[in-house]
Amino acid sequence: MARNRALSAVAILATASVLTACGGGDSDAGGGESDGTMTWWHNSNSDPGKAYYEQVAADFEEANPGTTIEISALAHEDMLTRLNAAFQTGDTPDVYMERGGGELADHVEAGLTMDLSEAAADTIETIGSSVNGWQVDGATYALPFSVGVVGFWYNTELFEQAGITEPPATMEELDAAVQALKDAGIQPISVGAGDKWPAAHYWYYTALRECGQDVLEDAVTTLDFSDPCFVAAGEDLEGLVATEPFNEGFLGTPAQEGPASASGLLATEQVAMELAGHWEPGVMQGLTEDGEGLGEKTGWFPFPSVEGGDGAPDAALGGGDAWACAADAPPVCVDFVQHLLSDEVQQGFAERDMGLPTNPAANDAVSDPALADLIEYRDSAPYVQLYFDTAFGENVGGAMNDEIALLFAGQATPQDVVDAVQAAAGTA
Amino acid sequence: MVVPVVQAVRYSVFDWNGLGPLDDFVGLANYARALQDTVFTSAVLNNFLIIGLSIAIQLPLGLGIALLLNREIRGRGFLRVVIFMPYVLAEVVAGVVWVLLLQPNGLVDAVVEGVGLGGLTQLWLGDPEVALGTVMVVLTWKYLGLAVLLFLAGLQGVPEDVYEAAQLDGASWWQVQRRITIPLLGPTIRTWGFLSMIGSLQLFDMVWILTGGGPANSTVTMAIYLINQGTERGQYGYASAVAVILFVISLVLAVLYQQFILRRDTDSAPTPRKAVR
Repeated sequence: MARNRALSAVAILATASVLTACGGGDSDAGGGESDGTMTWWHNSNSDPGKAYYEQVAADFEEANPGTTIEISALAHEDMLTRLNAAFQTGDTPDVYMERGGGELADHVEAGLTMDLSEAAADTIETIGSSVNGWQVDGATYALPFSVGVVGFWYNTELFEQAGITEPPATMEELDAAVQALKDAGIQPISVGAGDKWPAAHYWYYTALRECGQDVLEDAVTTLDFSDPCFVAAGEDLEGLVATEPFNEGFLGTPAQEGPASASGLLATEQVAMELAGHWEPGVMQGLTEDGEGLGEKTGWFPFPSVEGGDGAPDAALGGGDAWACAADAPPVCVDFVQHLLSDEVQQGFAERDMGLPTNPAANDAVSDPALADLIEYRDSAPYVQLYFDTAFGENVGGAMNDEIALLFAGQATPQDVVDAVQAAAGTA
Repeated sequence: MVVPVVQAVRYSVFDWNGLGPLDDFVGLANYARALQDTVFTSAVLNNFLIIGLSIAIQLPLGLGIALLLNREIRGRGFLRVVIFMPYVLAEVVAGVVWVLLLQPNGLVDAVVEGVGLGGLTQLWLGDPEVALGTVMVVLTWKYLGLAVLLFLAGLQGVPEDVYEAAQLDGASWWQVQRRITIPLLGPTIRTWGFLSMIGSLQLFDMVWILTGGGPANSTVTMAIYLINQGTERGQYGYASAVAVILFVISLVLAVLYQQFILRRDTDSAPTPRKAVR
């Protein structure tokens, strides 16, 4: 009898382990039961980020017995491709990165993403207004862990050579700086118009300066761009392009690939400045032999104000990455993404220069002075507008970027940009 | 072969972003949109321009080089390898190298300046007026080797005794080539023309790396358009419609070419000569 019981116990155990094995397999495919096994995809595939996230996951497993986290640390582009495929098959990882905006709205509509509004309410409150870009119809679907803003990165030494003492704060001052640099024989600005989005960032910013926040918020939801401020934004940009401030061949210049890219030109001191996001110092480091980028000469100033615009002169354009849970992830997923946004994990994240933390408790941990300037600007901005192309989704955003690039080429008018966006959005 | 085509046709009548079910039937709206889009029509024109220019440039050039290399000249083997090398090189690798050579103040500019033609330097890939020409030059460099190789192979098939007979009749070298060699090369030339045409229609990799279709859409081809405006924007239904149009254009041209040009060969040959792909 005893033997029999022992045998049946073994049998039960065996069955149970087979079941858990199945459960594990299931959650791998996104259908995890409450067994606590989760898949986590992130793009910190080199140290210190990779090791740090392994540690974070291990700590979480220890604090939550029964939870196992299977990490896939992927190269960024690789991750995006695999995520795209995962969304199409419905086979999403449990914890993954969302960039917000229209892309997120599509995922929400397809029922792929978990609503975190209530389960993560405390964390959402801690993060504050940064979560705006990851909300759809008032519900929050992802927790941003790094949000940066776009501004001008510049070479302080070249500015000095051209006799520019203060970074330009208005468009007039920017024009004057461009002229001063040209007079000193320095190419003023590099822009990767070949990749389109770097050019589009100029239009986004002039729109931010010309249009009031209510108009922009309205436009993001209704996709109606009939307000005259959007044409004015294009006219401001046309004015800037007309001063010929950009690097030679900018229409075909890539954003970040190689020494002839916009970032490469700034890193190798061929130009004096470039409009780019918080990633720029990291990109420049990868484009110089000594791995230093511009090093000590790196400076940052916000996009200048535009005279007569309705927009806030200190509103910021930015974006970032957020952690999301798949709709069918186990409930512990919410605890995990909240853990990733905790004071402790965000401080570790900032100390390792892995991004710009959104939890204010981690702000002091940012060591790089230029990035600290940028965080200060972000946190003092009345609002951070998510990049328009991300906010509007691939379709409308892509049409917008294409047309803005044509405006840089002198082949589209400010009205054409608005028309192209309206046509793509079906709101013409 | 049939399944993907049928699927593409099916997707092409829906407004579909690749996520969720196919439930937004739009009929032929995707096709209408493509045909009305000026970027798409300029892509089609670019494809046809590339077909025309490829044949107009590579045929005489390839033929000339093949005739030259068919003669007993010093270093013939070496020259053959040199001419054929670009064709063997992976498209992506060759493209990346050319991008580096053609960048502003790059090696090409340095060479042009070095021979005293400094005034001729261009924004080779950055100027909408120049970029398509630059792309054509790179394509010629890349694919000339194939033409030369095929023509050389065809020349091996021309029997020696025909030459001897012609020489006995006192024909000059040029007369021999014009009246005997080239006509006998006809089937090879026509097959190459077919390959070149289809290759030009499907052209993607090299342009993608060199310019991505830019600047200002000046080098966009149908395949580039498909990726840029279709899949990159998550419009899989629309991308499918563009793919179907590309397929139909290729099919029609292929059939016409078979009917009116290749037919001569298939009719006269005892065993039908099939295109390589």
